[in-house]
Order: sequence, then C-alpha cells, then structure tokens
Amino acid sequence: MNFEQAIARFDPVLGLEVHVELNTVTKMFCGCPTTFGGEPNSQVCPVCLGLPGSLPVVNGTAVESAARIGLALNCSIAPRSVFARKNYFYPDMPKNYQISQYDEPIAVDGYLDVEVDGQTYRIGIERAHMEEDTGKSLHMGGDTGRIHGADYSLVDYNRAGIPLIEIVTKPITGTGAKAPEVARAYVTALRDVLRALHVSDVRMEQGSLRCDANVSLRPSADAPFGTRSETKNVNSLRSVERAVRYEIERQAQVLTGGGTVVQETRHWHEDTGQTTSGRTKEEAEDYRYFPEPDLAPVAASAEWVEQLRATLPEPPAQRRARLQQDWGFTDLEMRDVVNAEALDLIEETVSAGASPAGAKKWWLGELSRRSNDTGVALVDLGVDAAGVARIEELIADGGLNDTLARQVIDGILAGEGSADEVVARRGLVLVSDEGALTAAVDDAIAANPDVAEKVRGGKVAAVGALVGAVMKATRGQADAGRVRELLLERLGAVQ
Amino acid sequence: MPAISRDDVAHLARLARLELTEDELAHHAQQLDVILGAVQRVAEVAADDVEPMSHPVAITNVFRADVRVPGLTAQEALAGAPAVEDERFRVPRILDEE
Amino acid sequence: MSITSTTAVELAAGIASGQYSAREVTTAFLDRIEQTDDRLNAFLAVDRAGALAAADEVDRARAAGEALGPLAGVPVGVKDVITTAGLATTCGSRMLEGWIPPYDATVTANLRRAGAIIIGKTNMDEFAMGSSTENSAFGPSRNPWNTDLIPGGSSGGSAVAVAARQVPLSIGTDTGGSIRQPAAMTGVVGVKPTYGAVSRYGLVAMASSLDQAGPFATTVADAALLHSVIAGHDPRDSTSLEAPVPPVVAAATAGDVTGMRIGVVKELTGEGFQPEVREHFRRSLDLLSDAGAQIVEVSCPHFEYALAAYYLIMPSECSSNLAKFDAVRYGLRVGDDGQNSVEQVMALSREAGFGPEVKRRIMLGTYALSSGYYDAYYGQAQKVRTLIARDFAQAFEVADVLATPTAPTTAFPIGEKVDDPLSMYLQDIATIPANLAGVPGMSLPVGLDGEGLPVGLQFMAPAMADHRMYKAGAALEAAVGWEARP
Repeated sequence: MNFEQAIARFDPVLGLEVHVELNTVTKMFCGCPTTFGGEPNSQVCPVCLGLPGSLPVVNGTAVESAARIGLALNCSIAPRSVFARKNYFYPDMPKNYQISQYDEPIAVDGYLDVEVDGQTYRIGIERAHMEEDTGKSLHMGGDTGRIHGADYSLVDYNRAGIPLIEIVTKPITGTGAKAPEVARAYVTALRDVLRALHVSDVRMEQGSLRCDANVSLRPSADAPFGTRSETKNVNSLRSVERAVRYEIERQAQVLTGGGTVVQETRHWHEDTGQTTSGRTKEEAEDYRYFPEPDLAPVAASAEWVEQLRATLPEPPAQRRARLQQDWGFTDLEMRDVVNAEALDLIEETVSAGASPAGAKKWWLGELSRRSNDTGVALVDLGVDAAGVARIEELIADGGLNDTLARQVIDGILAGEGSADEVVARRGLVLVSDEGALTAAVDDAIAANPDVAEKVRGGKVAAVGALVGAVMKATRGQADAGRVRELLLERLGAVQ
Repeated sequence: MPAISRDDVAHLARLARLELTEDELAHHAQQLDVILGAVQRVAEVAADDVEPMSHPVAITNVFRADVRVPGLTAQEALAGAPAVEDERFRVPRILDEE
Repeated sequence: MSITSTTAVELAAGIASGQYSAREVTTAFLDRIEQTDDRLNAFLAVDRAGALAAADEVDRARAAGEALGPLAGVPVGVKDVITTAGLATTCGSRMLEGWIPPYDATVTANLRRAGAIIIGKTNMDEFAMGSSTENSAFGPSRNPWNTDLIPGGSSGGSAVAVAARQVPLSIGTDTGGSIRQPAAMTGVVGVKPTYGAVSRYGLVAMASSLDQAGPFATTVADAALLHSVIAGHDPRDSTSLEAPVPPVVAAATAGDVTGMRIGVVKELTGEGFQPEVREHFRRSLDLLSDAGAQIVEVSCPHFEYALAAYYLIMPSECSSNLAKFDAVRYGLRVGDDGQNSVEQVMALSREAGFGPEVKRRIMLGTYALSSGYYDAYYGQAQKVRTLIARDFAQAFEVADVLATPTAPTTAFPIGEKVDDPLSMYLQDIATIPANLAGVPGMSLPVGLDGEGLPVGLQFMAPAMADHRMYKAGAALEAAVGWEARP
C-alpha cells in the first residue's frame, strides 16, 4: 500500500518525543565534563559511574536551560517540580535507575507553531522535563555491530549523566497527508528554537538531538485514537519524515489486511528506510517511579521565571522574517540559506562588514561545497564569519578575485592563518600590470590559434578557453574580467 | 489486597533481577504475604487530605554551579570491574533492548 | 587507668599534651582488637599499617608544633557501609567483597581532617538491613556481655567495638534504629543526628530518606566530640542542611535538666516492652525528675503506624538503591560463561551476592512501588509519615525532648529471630519514628536487667536541636552513674 492510499483510508495521529542534550560544561548531577569524543570512561566520577555511596547534586545551569526551553515553547513553568527515579535494569545505566521527572515536570502545556507549504500547524507541547543520559555500548562479535547477534558488549559511561531535556508533544492531529512533513517541520523548528537559546549543540548526527516518533492511525478524524507504535533512533530530519511516512504505510497495510497494530517499540533503520519490531509493551518494564529522595524539589519563583523569560531570544521564525527583509533575499534564497544552516553565519558575516549577497555567495557556494565534500558542518569548517567578511573586503578593494579568494580559503583551511596571513604568505595578489597582462594575453592567442580564429569569427563564447589559459599562466593572479576584455579587444571581437 | 502467589513473586524477582530458586519463590510468597498483612495497617489511617512526605527536610533548590570538578581516571573507574576490555566495561551479550 | 579504658576526650587531651603518643594509643587498641576480635567479630577489616602511619603523622605534627585536630590520634572504627579510599568497603555483603572504593565518604574525610585514626571497618548486617548483625555475610558480631547473644544491629560491629573497648569511638549508621538499638543492647551511647546534619556522601545507601551516620561512644561527652567532628554542611549531599552544627560538645559538658520539659511518649511505654526495660525507664524518669526536669506525658497517636509505614518506605528505597549492584562496574559477577546474557548474569549475581533479608526487602520494595500498588502502599505510607512528623511537632510544643525506652527487649540469643522477620522488625518500634520525621535520637545505658544485660533509654529532640539530647543525656548519665563493663 502506498502513502496516498494509506492517507485516503486513514487519519494519522502523531506524537513526538525529542531528547535534547544540553551544552552545559558539566553533567546533570556531577562536575564531569560533557565534551563529546573523549577517551572511554575518562569523563566519569563516583556519581555518574553510580559507585556505592555517591550522591547527585543538580546542575543549576541545566535547570535554567530547562526552564528557558519551556518558556520558549510557551509552556508554564511549574512552581514546584520534583525529580523521580525511573527504575529499570540496563547495562548502560550506572545506577539501574534514571533520575528523571515524572508526575511533576518543570514545564507543561505549551505549543510551537510550524509552517508547511504556507500553512501553519500549532503543535501542542505536553511537557518538558529534565533527566540524565545513559552510557554507550559497543556491540562486539557478530557481524553487524548491532545488539542482535553480538557476543558481548563494551560500555563507556562518558555520556552517562549528561543533562537531557525530554520534550513531549500532545497528540498531533489534523495533518493528514502532510503528517510526515509536519513531523519534520516540528523537529526542525524545535531545533532552531534550541539553537537560538544556545542551550544545546542540537547535532542529530552526534546524538545531541534525538527523536522518537509515535504514530497511530484511525479510520477517520472523529474516531478514537488507534494503537500507536513508538519508533526510536530517528536521528536525522530526513529520517523523521521518512520514518513517519513508513509507519503510516506499514500500519495501513496491517489494518487493511484485517490485522491489528501492536503497541510496541520499533527501530528505524536509516539504511533500509524501514522500521523493525522491538519490545512489545506487554513485556514492557514497570518503571516503579518514586520521588528521588537524594534531591530536593525545584521551586520556581515567579521572579525567577520572569528573569529567565527576559533572556529569551527573538523566536526563530520572527528573526528569519526580519533578516530576510533586511537582506532583501527572496523566499527561495532564504529557504536555501536556512536549509544550508547558514543563517547565523551569514548574519555574523554581514555584521562583520560584508554585503548580504557577498556573504551568501561564499557560504552557500564555495564553503557549502567544501562542507558537503568533507562532511564537516559549515560552522565547523574552520573559516569563520570574520574571515569571509575580510575576503569579501579584499575582493571589493580589488586585491583579490574569486579564484584567489578560493586559494585564500584553501590556506585558511590548511591552517595557514587568517585571510591576510594567507594572502601574505602565498603572495596572492592580482596582476594589475597591464603590460604583463597583455603579454600573457598575446601568448595565449599565439598558443591557441584555432580558438582565436573562432572568436574572431564571432563565437565570443569561445573566449573562455583563452581566459582560462591566461589565468593558468598567471597562476590565477589576474582579474578575469580584465583578461576577457583584453582578449576581445586584441581579437577585434565585439562585446 | 490479594494474597501473593508464586507467580507474583516470580514477576517481582524478574523486575528486581533476582534469579530466585523454586524454594525461595515459595518462601518469599509466604513471607511477603505475612509482611504485607502487617504493613497494610497504613490503610487504617485517614490521610486523604494529607500531603505525602518524600523528604524529611523541606528544602528546595539545591543547585551546584556548572563548574568542572576533577573525577576519576579511566584506570580508577575500571579498577573494580569484573571484566574490562579496551578501557570499557565488558558485559555479556545484551538481550533486552531499551 | 589503662589506655583502652580511657575516654576519647581524655585520650585526645593526653595526646595533645604529650601524655601519650598517638602510636602508643593506636597500638594499644590494635592489640586489644587482636586479643578480643576472634571472639567478638566486630571488625571486618583492621588496617594496622594505615592506622600506625596515620598515628605517626599525628606524632610528627605534634613534634613539629603544628595545630592538631580535635580527634588527633584517637582511633575510630568505621561501619563498613561508609567508603574509605583504598580500604575495602563490603557493606557486610558477598556482593561487595573486596571492593576498594576510589574515594572517601565525607564522614571519613572529616575524621581524617580531625586527626582521627581510622583503625578498621566494623561488621554490620548486610547493607545495614537487620537488627542483630546476624545478616552479615561474614558472620555475626557477638555481644561482649554474653557472646551467645546478638549485639543488636545493624551497626552491631561498631557497638561491640566500643562496648568491648576495642576502640574508644566508632561510627554507625541509623535508618530505623541501627545505632540506637545496638547501643542499648551493648550498654554504650549511640546517637542518630538530625537527618541532614551529617553528610550521606559515601554512605552506601539503604534508604536514602532515612539513613544517617552517627557516633558510638562510652560517654555522652565522647559521643558529642565525635558528633561535632562528623557533622556539618556538605555541598555533595543535596539533603545536607546548611546550618551550624548544634552546640553538642558544650551541652554534653554541662549536662543539666533543670526546668527541662521531658515528654514521655504514651504510645511507646507500655505493651510489648520487657518489664525490666519498663522498670529502668521509670527509674530513669525519677532520676531526671529529681535532677530538676519536668516530666510530661505526650501522645503521638500515629506512632503506632510508624513500623508499617517504615516497612513500606524503607524497602521501596532499598529496592532502587540496591539496583546498582549488577555485576557490571564493580562487585560480584556470577554465571558469565559466555552463553548467559547480561540479564541472566545480573540476576544470577544478585541471587548469589545478596542474603535472604536483602532479597526480602528488595522484593517487598519492588512490590510496594509497582504500578497499581503505589498509592495504597508507598503513597499512603508517605502520608502517614507526614502525620508522624506532625505528631512530633505537637509533642515538641509541650516538651523540650522526648523520652522512650530504646528497644523493647535486652539482647536476645543469636538465631532466635532469624526466621521471624516481623518479630525482628519490632526491635525498632521505638526508634523508627525519629527516622521517619528526620529528628535526632540518642540511646544511653541506664541499667542492667536480671541477666546482667544493658537497658537503654532514648531521648529525641526537634530537628537541629541535637544539643538538647546531649544536655539531658549528660545529666541522666551522671544521675545513673553507669559503671558497668562487660
């Protein structure tokens, strides 16, 4: 059954649970660092390792971040919230209970507006609560690296105890065929909010933003909710959309065939684009939540909440609209900027003195290409906004052309220093000596008589090959526009 | 409350990760029954309007500054482990998925 | 007077003045442990080398004219539920046999800072669960007054060590009476401070909302000295109180009950208490009255539900606190044959590593917290807890301290109650309310029964008014004139 057929017969209902790792310096309940990629078990202490006798102490900054997230999602901040223990055994969980929040979370009842194809969907937020991350297991033996078929596992607790905020939506209804896109748009919008708050790295590929997607189908919009599946491990924006679409198709297939959807956890497989069955809820754990006796409740005063509210950034959608107007970009251009995750970079580059068009040209052109080639995020590339602004300035002053500017970028990426340092070290300067340039032009014409003849004959487009030859001869240090002019002049062609 | 059966005990033992013997299952069923019979007295207290007390001292907002504190080296962390490989805790194959 | 029968206060003064060297004192107690512990089994580990090195450091510091801590050179036994960096901490369990903690508990660190000599780790009921020390995986401790009898528990080893003068001072922990009841059984002073007064960091948790470490000593003044050293705010324990330590040492030095209102808890004096225990309690009240106290009767109507509430709250917290013992990061691992899954290995290890009482409480707590039963059991017990705290608040409006017998009986034979958990649990009937409400309690010896076994009396005070117990305790101690030795 394809998606259109599924939607024709059923009304999908979604629920999204997003886990966000906060970018605090230290963990939720101890002073260990949260940095990604350390040597195994080198960022642990008695507390996050769950050693007997150790006790947790709440990271105040994490609580602030949690409350700010709640406020940015239009939630109420509970005057009193408590930590609770969620009890279940798992080797990556040091205490075999997770400190979380249960019936008294810090933030409740908010919303986030998202736009899909010009239509706004208001996504209700049920709650946002604080908890701690688990360690990470490597599954050894077997051939897949997966848990199934492994002979044993190796556990690293560096991640254990990193602050997590879990954000849970209310049931999302009324999205119909747009359900997969709405799901993606929600996670995207949420990511933008979190990024604007500077509370998380929001790197889905590093696991600092993780999404579980609940999907159920019902025969019509006025029918009671159907049985839902919970798809875990949906770790890219594209996957959110694909996983929701897949589950809608799969469940429609089951229901149409006379079957029933099982309430279960399913796992998303990026490679196959499918979900597979995990644990069914019949065998689900009884988590035996109870208030965490080792931690005091959080009491949020009205004054504190208002102080935090005052620190909220401009909502991302509003900011985008403002910047688009300031920069004079079209909707399409703006979408490209957002999709390339270059909004902040362009804003910073413009602040550093570049023109909006110039900043966009570099970030969406050359730099995006390099980002794609290397798989390194734009922001991590090693060229910053100030560097791009300086390159633009050098071009505007006539000191560089685009070809030379690319060499400057090469130099910066190779660690040769700032734009000015690369220019100086590599001796990158435009050849502005007309005599030298004319000689190079004459050489190029002499070496390529066939091409020269074509240009003389009126095929002006063919001049490109000669421009290339001159640029090559001058090692790129010529102004390509001026070279073209000179060539056409010499060949008597009309521009 | 219903009497505790052998199967109830087996379920609890699974939740609590205790591989109880058949004898222990029967023994615990009988003892839990007796103990629960005694502790059920709490139900006699009229406490509908009473706030539950989870902490003996009513303190709130105990926070730590977000500042690094030296922890353990990997060697110290792993020193007490039953099995270690590549600076990680080695555990038998995991059946349950979370 | 021999070193081992000298009080801690005198030893500390004698070491500071040069009357004794710390090495001399430490050696005397080490020797006494060596002579007596085969019989008593109070210690799970004796750190002779570490103790002597610490003693030598005190002697060096003194010789160099450096300032000495209040317990400099005084040996202390530490219950094996409190972590000691580099010294095995087993909690009396096979599960943790041989585990060497990489860190000191705050109590341990405070002791070291005060110059105390940590001489060894004392025996206890496994994970502090029990009232007799029979649940130790390493054999029961024996009561020095009669080695066929239990010494009480769970801090039985700490109580025995002080009663038998193997150490002048020791640390115990008290979740439902585990300091006060063995103190009563062995004729020593034992104090459970206000919840939050002594840091729990490094105290291997049994029931987090009830556990509190405290001192054992032979005199009220010695207990006060140790109390003042281990108490104080600790940022590593979120439930630690940010308040000055009550003036316990001053109170113990100037015992006085003139004008003090001593409340007798009506519900904890009658039924179920051995007649000689009641008799000694009444005689003690007379002594207090003679010394100028005003004896008033108070009623705490919800105390009769304390035991039931306790046996829901405590096992619930236990079941969660003991989940960390899973054969992954530390402790016993059983059944890792390459075939068994991690789930099986966890369950097999826990089965092999935990004794019957620990399993019983884990099962009970797992049940009380499970969905469908939470409200009726755990939730209701927490409401009862509130009512018990209110009973205390009302009682303390008319009384400065409360008094009860510490335990319903004197020491009983080893083996008598091991298969009767309910009867064992009744040992804590008078001590549990203080844990539920977080208020402090003290037991001190007030007499001997017909068999020559010690009887204890308990004082309780409002939270952070621990000094009141010391004031009353020192006065009663003087009035009783306790001289008996095992």
